[in-house]
Formats: sequence, C-alpha cells, structure tokens
Amino acid sequence: MSVLLEVQDLNVDIPLSSGILHPVQKLTFHVDKGETLCIVGESGCGKSLTSLALMDLLPKRASRTGTKLELAGMNLLTASNREMSDIRGNRMGMIFQEPMSSLNPAFTIGNQMEEAMLRHRDVSRKEARERAIYLLEKVGITGARGRLGQYPHQLSGGLRQRVMIAMTLMCGPDLIIADEPTTALDVTIQAQILLLLKELQREFGMGLILITHDLGVVARMADRVCVMYAGQIVEQGTAEEVFGDPMHPYTRGLIDCIPVPGKTKRGEHLGSIPGMVPSLVGAFQGCHFRDRCPHAHDRCAPDPIHLNWIGEGRGYRCVLSPEETRRAGELEAAE
Amino acid sequence: MLVFMARRLFVAVLVAFTVSVIAFSLMRISGDLAVMLAGEDATAEQVEIIRERFGLNRPYYIQYLEWMGKAVQFDFGESMFYPQSVSSLIVDRITNTLTLAGFGLAFALSLSIPMGVLAALRPDSWIDRLALTIAVLGQALPGFWFALILMFIFGLYLGMFPISGSDTYWHFVLPAISLGYYSTPAVMRLTRTGMLEVMSSDYIRTARAKGLHTGTILFKHALRNAVIPVVALSAVQFGNMLGGSIVTETVFQIQGLGKLAYDGVLKNDFPVVQAVLLLVAVFYIVLVLLGDLLNAWLDPRIRVG
Amino acid sequence: MALPTMTRVSPADPGDIPGGADPLGVESPGQPTSGQLFVRRVVGHGSFVFAATIIVGIILMALLAPWLAPHDPYNQDLGNRLVYPIWTENGTWLHPLGTDALGRDYLSRVIYGSQISLIIGFTAMTISGLIGTTMGVLAGYFGGRVDMVVTFLLTTRLTLPVVMVALALVVVVGGSLYTVILVLGFLLWDRFTVVMRSTTQQVRSLDYVAAAEAIGCSTRRIILSEIMPNVLGNLLVIATFEVAHSILLEAALSFLGVGVQPPTPSWGLMVAEGRDYMLFEPYLIMIPGFCIFTLVLAINMLGDGARDILAPENRS
Repeated sequence: MSVLLEVQDLNVDIPLSSGILHPVQKLTFHVDKGETLCIVGESGCGKSLTSLALMDLLPKRASRTGTKLELAGMNLLTASNREMSDIRGNRMGMIFQEPMSSLNPAFTIGNQMEEAMLRHRDVSRKEARERAIYLLEKVGITGARGRLGQYPHQLSGGLRQRVMIAMTLMCGPDLIIADEPTTALDVTIQAQILLLLKELQREFGMGLILITHDLGVVARMADRVCVMYAGQIVEQGTAEEVFGDPMHPYTRGLIDCIPVPGKTKRGEHLGSIPGMVPSLVGAFQGCHFRDRCPHAHDRCAPDPIHLNWIGEGRGYRCVLSPEETRRAGELEAAE
Repeated sequence: MLVFMARRLFVAVLVAFTVSVIAFSLMRISGDLAVMLAGEDATAEQVEIIRERFGLNRPYYIQYLEWMGKAVQFDFGESMFYPQSVSSLIVDRITNTLTLAGFGLAFALSLSIPMGVLAALRPDSWIDRLALTIAVLGQALPGFWFALILMFIFGLYLGMFPISGSDTYWHFVLPAISLGYYSTPAVMRLTRTGMLEVMSSDYIRTARAKGLHTGTILFKHALRNAVIPVVALSAVQFGNMLGGSIVTETVFQIQGLGKLAYDGVLKNDFPVVQAVLLLVAVFYIVLVLLGDLLNAWLDPRIRVG
Repeated sequence: MALPTMTRVSPADPGDIPGGADPLGVESPGQPTSGQLFVRRVVGHGSFVFAATIIVGIILMALLAPWLAPHDPYNQDLGNRLVYPIWTENGTWLHPLGTDALGRDYLSRVIYGSQISLIIGFTAMTISGLIGTTMGVLAGYFGGRVDMVVTFLLTTRLTLPVVMVALALVVVVGGSLYTVILVLGFLLWDRFTVVMRSTTQQVRSLDYVAAAEAIGCSTRRIILSEIMPNVLGNLLVIATFEVAHSILLEAALSFLGVGVQPPTPSWGLMVAEGRDYMLFEPYLIMIPGFCIFTLVLAINMLGDGARDILAPENRS
C-alpha cells in the first residue's frame, strides 16, 4: 500500500468584513495509489474549496494552512508558485463541474489539449497531437483526429466533459481531483462518465478524489469516503464501513434521505434533516451539527469535538462512544 | 450570420443616403445659398448671376440628385475657393487625417489596454485608482485646451516636438496624443470590465489547473477573449477621430479633412463642406460595420456557428 | 422522538413592516427610514459632496457676478494690456488674474464667463433632454414601428460628425448664444434616447405596468405615472453628463470662433483670444481652460456620484 496524498489539519480561512470565515477546518485524510476517495456533503460544506486548496487555486483573499500536505512525498504547502504550477496539470489534475464553460471558446480542442502537454513535457507539437488523439479515443470519442480542429461550442456537454478528462490525462498525472464532474450532465451521461473514470483509473492507476453531493455516486465509485459537514470531516472510512456501519448521525441522516425502491413505502415521508447549516464566521462553539442532531446534549458544546479514530483511516466526529452512537442509530431506524 | 450582415448593410445604405441629404441641406438651411455666396453688398443682379452659374435656380431635388449622382463616382464638383476640384482637395488631405487618427488610436490603445489589464488584475489597488483618475480627467479635459497645453509644454517650452504642420511623423506626435486621449477612458473601462469578467471565468480556472504560466494565461487565454469588444470599440473610436479632428488639426495647423471642412464652412465653400461631411459619415458607417464583422470573426462561436 | 431543533430567529425589523410603523406602538431603537438612508448615502459619498460644493460655488459665482466682479468685463483699458496675475512678480491686486490683450480684467471676464457656460450647459441639455427623452420613451414603450423609426434616427445622428455639423449649422445660422444653444440642443439628444429607450423597455415589462394596462389605464397615464418615476433616476444621471457635454462643445465651438462671439466672455473664446500670446502670457489660456476643466470635472463627478447613490448595484 502506498500513500499518494497525505493531508493533515488542512484549513482554509477567508477574511470577511464581518469576521473570518472558516469554510474548511482541520481536514485530515489520505488517498492511496489507484484508490478512489469520495468527499461527500451538501452544498456549502466546503468540499469544493477543499479541492481548490489541494491544488492551490484558492481565490486571492483566501489563505490555506495545515500541518501536512504531501503528494508522493512532495510538500505542497511549502512549494513556491512556480513549483506548484509545474505540478498542476502534470502530477495533479483537476476536472470541474461545468463542462459548458470550462473550456476556452476561442481555441480549438486540439490546441487546448496540446498546450497542456507542451507546458510540462519537452515534446514536439506532433507528438502532443498524437497523444491527444490517443486519449480522445480512450475516453470514447469517435473521429478523434477530426475533433481536434473543433471548438468547444460545437460539442455537447457530455462530450466536453470527456474532452476535459482526456485533457487532464495528457501528462499522466498521479492524482486527479474531480469536483462534481457529472452534476451538470444528464442522468444517462452521468453513468457513462463515472464508468469511464473507473475504467481509466483501472488502466492508468492514478488516484482519484471524487467530490460529490450524491450518495449514489459514492456508492458506485468510492473505495474510501469522507463525509463533510460545515467545513469538517464528520466521518471517514472505507465505503463498506461508512455505508454499512455509519457512526455519525449526519451520515445516517444522509443515507436515510435516499429513497430505496422497494423499501420506501408510498406516501411515506422522505427523510430529511431539519434545520440549516450554521454560519462558519468566527469561532464556532462545539459540534457543528448539534442544532440539527436528534441526540444533541450538553456535552456537545462548547468545546470543539475531535475526530474519534477507531481504526486505520476510520473515524467519526462525535462525543458519543461507538456503542452509544450505534444504539442511537437503531433508535432512529425504529422511527 | 449572412442574413444578419445583409440586413445591417441595408440599414447602413439607408443611413448613408439620409446623411447625404443632411450634408446637402446643411449649408442651405438659412435660406438662399446664392445670397450667402454673393455676400452682403451684392446687388440683385450679382445674386442672379451666381444663381445661374451654380444651378441654384433648379428644383431642390434635382440639385441633390445631380450632386449624389456624381458623388458616388467620387466627383464632388469644384471648390468655390480653391482652384481645384473638391475630390483632389480631399485626396491631398485625407492621408494627413488618416495618419493623425491612426496615430491617435495607436496612442489610445497603447495607453488604455495595458492600464485596463493592470487595473483588472489588481482591482482597488493604486493602479486601478490611477486608471480611473486618468479616465475621469480625460473626459473633463477640453480637447483644444489639452492640445494647447501639450503644444506649450512639449513643443515651445521643452522643444521636443514640432508644433505645427505635418511634414514628418514627429509632427503627428503631439496632435495624436491630444486627439487620442479622449478615447482612452472608454477603451480603458471596456478593457478593465472585460478582463475582470474573463479572469473570473471557468476556463481561466481550467488554464490555471493545467499549470500554465501566468503570461500564457493572461495573454493567450484571457486577453484573447476580453479584447473582442475592444476591437469593435476601436473601430468606432477611429471613426470618431476622423470626424472629431477639426480642433486638433486647427490647433496644430495640419492640413487634413477637418481643417478643410473648417475653412470651407467659414468661406461658404459648400461643395467642400458637403463632400467632407458625407465622406466622414460614410467612413464611420463602414468602420462600424467593420467593427461588427471583426467582432463576429474573432469569436469562434459566431464565426464557426 | 427528535428534540425540537433550534432555529435562528431575528427580532422583527420594523422597517420590514409596510409603513415602517411599530404595530405594538412601542418604541424600537434605530432602524432608519429609507429617506434617512438615502440622505446618509448622499452625504457619505465623498466625491459627490465635493463636486456638489464646487458646482454650487460656480453657480453662486455666476448669479452674483455683478457684485463679485471687480470690473466691467467688457471695459477695454489699452494702457493696461497684458498685466500679469497676482502670483507673478509684477502682479497687482487691482487685477488679481491679470488683464488680456485688450486690457480687460481677467477675473471679471472669468466670473461672467461662468454665466455663459452654465446657461448654455443647462439650456442645451434641457432641449436635448426633452427631445431625446420623448423619442426614447416612445420607442421603448410602443416598440414596433415607432422603435424602428427612432432607432433609425438615432443611428443617423450617431453617424454624423457632431463638431463638424454643429460648426456648419452655427456658421450658417450665425454665431450667438442662442444659436449655439439651439444647435447643441438639436444635436445632443442621442444619449438621452438610448438610455431612456432601454430603461423604458425594462420598466415596461414589469408586472405593475401590465396590471395598469389590464385595468384599462390610458397610455398617456401609464407613461406619466408608472414609467416616468422609474426612469427618473437614469434621466437625472444622463442629464448631468449632458450638461458637461454641452459645456465642452460650446467651449470648442467658441474656441474655433463660431460659437459665442466676441466680446462676450465665453471661457472657450478667451482661450482662443489668448492663444497668440501663449508663449509669454500662458495665464491667458491656462486660467479659462482650467475653469472649463474644473466645471466639467465637477459635473462629471456629480453624475458618477448620482449614479452610485441611486443604484449602487450598478457600479462596475
């Protein structure tokens, strides 16, 4: 087992006029080679900012701190701007959510793909073009040679996302971060793209961080899972562990929200978690989830809640002991 | 897209004809052109002679049609004041005005595009405020006053540039600055807004994620998109400079179309004035169309459909 | 059973209640009325206040000219030609800004010149504003053929080189204060038309206009009572800029000798008259030019400030 990416206590702070916003707080996780890690959470939980923080693509006002951020042993926290730009697109790649606007409308597909390789490798334009064609075919685009001369607006959303994936693979990165790559696509295309990502991972052996709000995607793709809520990881572990034995009330709430054909009865209320995400400006007291947690009590505040590690890479953020939280889960299920 | 351009062309031709009517009528508004030409002390006979000589006794529309008929062949008749045909007068002077406007545009662009880009990259910084100040001052500065100040400081006092005439390219430096400065605010604002919008776009984020150099991101990816509307605006500004060069040419004694029109108006040289007005307007129409064409050409979404 | 969740509650804002009144009749502390907020925004906008001060100063100068000017601006004193201003070594308090080539006191001419600029600026703007607003609102409200005609007229006007046309018109009609005002008024309506047209189009598509139409209000009534109040903000801003535009154009025309005629003390004309003496008596062009610049700058700043105050979300 070889660790590809190690993250310890990653923070993102953004100064606002009303105080300092902490959208990402003390994240600790890792990704192994060839492994898919899914970061899942609702809108606004900080997962997108996490991916930007990993790539050092945060907006200017935001600042990033942490104890450790290493990609294959390279320290990304102390890397200079020049070193980071050498790593981006080369050792680390990123796929974004909106394929419609993520490609420059003024240049051809071929130009943008070749550019990705020419920046990091000492190859000729011809060699870069051949690699582009090879990868376009790998992502399932027919007539690849002809596609090179096309402009982004001439392709559909699904095709554009495939082009994005191919473009990210131009330099054979060790790690790919995909931020909600299928959210903006049709449901049928979603499945295709996810399958494609899985196959490519199998073939090229890169690590994949998949950011999503959709538990169905997690179920299909994840080897390991991080559940994020209000800027913190509230639970992490392998997919079997998190789905089979959810320790945190939020995770259980999320799983509950998915209607299961056959199991959910007609007319039954769809599960939902009442309340709203708390404000993350300034110092927040205690557990971020306690305003919405059915088991909140006085131990939940005001001290910050630490991640409770109960196994290798397995942890949850709650003051309840494993037995207490499992019992609470059974109570919830009985309702 | 062809249908769109055809429609624009049709409107353009219509506008051109309307302008030709205006150009033709302008000098005749206060009444009898023959009386104006003859002067205050002329007798009725002298006025009649003039009327005959220039065909001013014929119906209005006939005079117009005759003029237009020749105008489209670039024959604008004879000047009342110079011993030359109007066309040759125009040909003599048009290069000066085109040079002046060209230099003026070059100055405006070389000042406003870099400033607009820098202001967009560092919003609310001192450079942004400097750009804003230049823009605000530029719009309040009377053109003739600015021209005189430039002439005074750089021409007379420091002796760096010649202050009148149009013999060498040096002669065009001060006039170009004076003329071009007025266009700077608009171009700078458009560049700044365009760059701000583009720099926050998704494809720039992708370019960064690919690890491209900052220079590549700025000049290849960002500017290429931000500059499209600026090109169209530049064409319009060039057209404005062609028509607005009167003051600059008069101050710096440049024998261009503006000065020709000015002298012509003062001397009641109506063939000259009509011709210059029409020409400048037609130039403007062509430039606007050109601007739109360039706009469409530069954006692959329109060009390749 | 799930415990009741905490929801975030904020105290009822009296400003949210229509009329702003406190329904319980109890005094609630400091929610300002929208009127007070407006005044606060105006006063807090630095450049707006600064510009307004300058403009009020110049207006006062123009109104009080007969009492402020130390001499008659038309009075020639050939024995005292080209006296230098007070800040030079030969300056005298008798003529604080010196005298021109005909011995006329420059300070007095500058003071009276403000009258010319302001009168022309405001009157020309009023004429062009009436023309442009009417055209724009009609085009925006009725659309269709009316819009086509107005747009065509607009395009034609924009194609014309304004300075050249103004030049020709003023010469043909004869240069004077009145002709300049008329010519500028009949030429500078384009910006009014453009902005009023688009604003009217926007307002027209709002729901309450449709409601007014639905209950059968006459067109005239709709335009006056529904559309106009909403376009007023934009109108004010454009009007401000067009005053500045008119002042600049008048100065240019007078400089070229075809605007206000001598011996009237138009600032533009004063620059022209001082041009021949520029090398040794630069104050002759610096002073009146600077006056034009200051007035126009202040008006532009006022317009920018007005735009910020009336619609802060429109800032670029």
